[in-house]
Amino acid sequence: MHRLILTTALVGALATPAVANKVYVSNEKGNSVTVIDSETWEVMTEFDAGNRPRGITISPDGKLLYVAASDDDQVKVFDAETYEELYALPSGPDPELFVLHPSGNPLYIANEDDNLVTVTDTESHRVLAEIPVGVEPEGMGISPDAKWVVNTSETTNMAHFISTGDYKIKHNVLVDQRPRYAQFTDDGSLLFVTSEIGGTVSVMDIAADGTPTMRSKIGFELPGVLPEWLQPVGLKVTKDDKYAFVALGPANRVAVIDVERLEVVKYIIVGQRVWQMAFTPDQKYLITTNGNSNDVTIIDVADQEAIKSVQVGQQPWGVVVAPD
Amino acid sequence: MIQKYWYGQGGISGSLRSTLRNRGREDTLKLLRIMLFFGMLSWTAGEAMAVEVRAAVFRIDYPSLAPISRYDLVPEDIGFAGALLAQEDNMTTGAFLGHTYTLETIAVPPQDADDAFDALLAGGQSLIIVMANQDDLLRLADRAGDGVLVLNATAHDTALRNDACRANMVHIAPSRAMLTDAVAQFAMWKKWPEWFLVHGSNPADQLLAESYRTSARKFGAKIVEERAFEDTGGSRRTDTGHVLVQKQIPVFTQDAKRHDVVIAADESDVFAPYLPFHLWTPRPTMGSAGLRPVTFHAAHEAWGATQFQRRFEALTGRYMRQEDYQVWLALRVIGEAVTRTSGNDTGALRTYILSDDFELAAFKGVAVTFRSWNGQMRQPILLYDGRITVSVSPQDGYLHQRSPLDSLGLDEPESACDAFD
Repeated sequence: MHRLILTTALVGALATPAVANKVYVSNEKGNSVTVIDSETWEVMTEFDAGNRPRGITISPDGKLLYVAASDDDQVKVFDAETYEELYALPSGPDPELFVLHPSGNPLYIANEDDNLVTVTDTESHRVLAEIPVGVEPEGMGISPDAKWVVNTSETTNMAHFISTGDYKIKHNVLVDQRPRYAQFTDDGSLLFVTSEIGGTVSVMDIAADGTPTMRSKIGFELPGVLPEWLQPVGLKVTKDDKYAFVALGPANRVAVIDVERLEVVKYIIVGQRVWQMAFTPDQKYLITTNGNSNDVTIIDVADQEAIKSVQVGQQPWGVVVAPD
Repeated sequence: MIQKYWYGQGGISGSLRSTLRNRGREDTLKLLRIMLFFGMLSWTAGEAMAVEVRAAVFRIDYPSLAPISRYDLVPEDIGFAGALLAQEDNMTTGAFLGHTYTLETIAVPPQDADDAFDALLAGGQSLIIVMANQDDLLRLADRAGDGVLVLNATAHDTALRNDACRANMVHIAPSRAMLTDAVAQFAMWKKWPEWFLVHGSNPADQLLAESYRTSARKFGAKIVEERAFEDTGGSRRTDTGHVLVQKQIPVFTQDAKRHDVVIAADESDVFAPYLPFHLWTPRPTMGSAGLRPVTFHAAHEAWGATQFQRRFEALTGRYMRQEDYQVWLALRVIGEAVTRTSGNDTGALRTYILSDDFELAAFKGVAVTFRSWNGQMRQPILLYDGRITVSVSPQDGYLHQRSPLDSLGLDEPESACDAFD
């Protein structure tokens, strides 16, 4: 605690005025969203969010909170300030993960049960397209220029490159078993795809026209941890494209990858069964959801160290931080 | 919706009917997939090569008595329902690669098995999933000869992974040794080392009892008392059956030496479900009743299994059984090998499946792979109480130089199989 106060004070003194951002954590089993203050790291409140909330994101203006209520077969939209449920978007059955267009519209949703990606207009609330993909679609990544949405299918073991122009799949790349997450670097030149059961992160070079080429696969190794437990799920890349953070599920670690060398440089111990992660807008902190210890871990990004854990609801799954 | 599911034979459940009503939508989806498939060929013709894969599921239907519990009534589409889902999964994946799959399913009475199997072989089938007992399986595998890969989906006999192994046969079903080791590890983790073994009198029960004796030795448990429950035939389910059971079982289990747990070895389904709550000494029951080792069950939700269960239920209108899971897994093994090798040559697929490169996600937390020394699939075993997954073996702390999964069943030095050398 002492250290945290010190850090906050330093931030206040040296950088732009510290702005508290709300951190929203979806609790899969608790059917709720926990709200945390990013300055004090105190829980502000917890509100009902439908049945089995998993994927969670926020509009670019920070006003609308989108939650995939998987067992309700819809995406619920909440007022990010009052936590009032405003309306629900049609999502197709069993929505799990989604990604929002940087402009705030549309929302690209993975429907696990139906082997579809659904594109939903966030203003008209209409379904714009349904794109058949591989078996059990989950991971959803969008390129920085918003021309490509990449969906990963967990049983087909592919990354499907969907053009946001005509909603057609232009490329399919086979990756290792059970791909869970897709993430571009900020400059759009690399794509990372995590394979949970394969235990690897596939790295693809992305050409200017969007064509992917597999460059390498990154594996994980840690003394005293069974290789079977090193299961990469969530992945986030820093804005300067220097480091990628990979949540390793039941290994209770977040791996840090040096993006230039594509090598693991550090493992950070976090809570149990770590899956999804989100940066604060200033990228000073990374928040990880730990499903089996019912908490989130706050990682200091520059120091690459865990500084605090915060108890949230039952089985935290996803996390998003409000923009400045 | 779940309550409407259909367990028995004949008839169509409400859910299945609604599934049929939804067919219109699924047809549209299929059409989309087909369009996508042809579209794919046009822009990635360079890499996607058309590959056609044929596989068959061959099931021998043995005459059997009604199970003790109605929940265990065998659906007519047992195994085939899992095949149907695997076929859809493989087709969906194949659509992106130019791979197509055709599936044939055959159910025959034992006396027709050889002729029907020969007809399959004559038709050119070389990837055949077989649901049959040990003797039939061995005879069919020998009829098939080289160039055919038999995938054993349901026979648990450890001998098939030992001295009776065949080079053209891999095993999706776990061996009895794997199942009894899974129970033994949990008992030891619980610190229940003293066992009261109750076994049936039929040959399969004897084999299962022997497997529990071996597992006890392997993991340091002690069988302090052993009793045989004679199968005297007769009606199993009567209007007041429990009245007699309530009197007989306590007497049968009276005066056993001090024990931590009762291990039931009853593959014939004659008595094991009667043990819990009727024992003379109150103790937990494991094995054929109480806590049972299974490959899968319809309530399993961990590791993404929920979505798998939902896809199966929407497609078939009933809950998934172990046999369905095992046949699904067998066809997915083939599909995965085709996807990774871009070919349909049976020999090449077999080589890939048995290699270190092969791995497959199977909704059990770790990848399933094959033992190169006897063709047995490595897989976690779920411990199931009839409602939930209570635990999963291998248990924490049972380490192995290759994989913790090799702490279950015949390890390389223990297996007398030399067909894979």
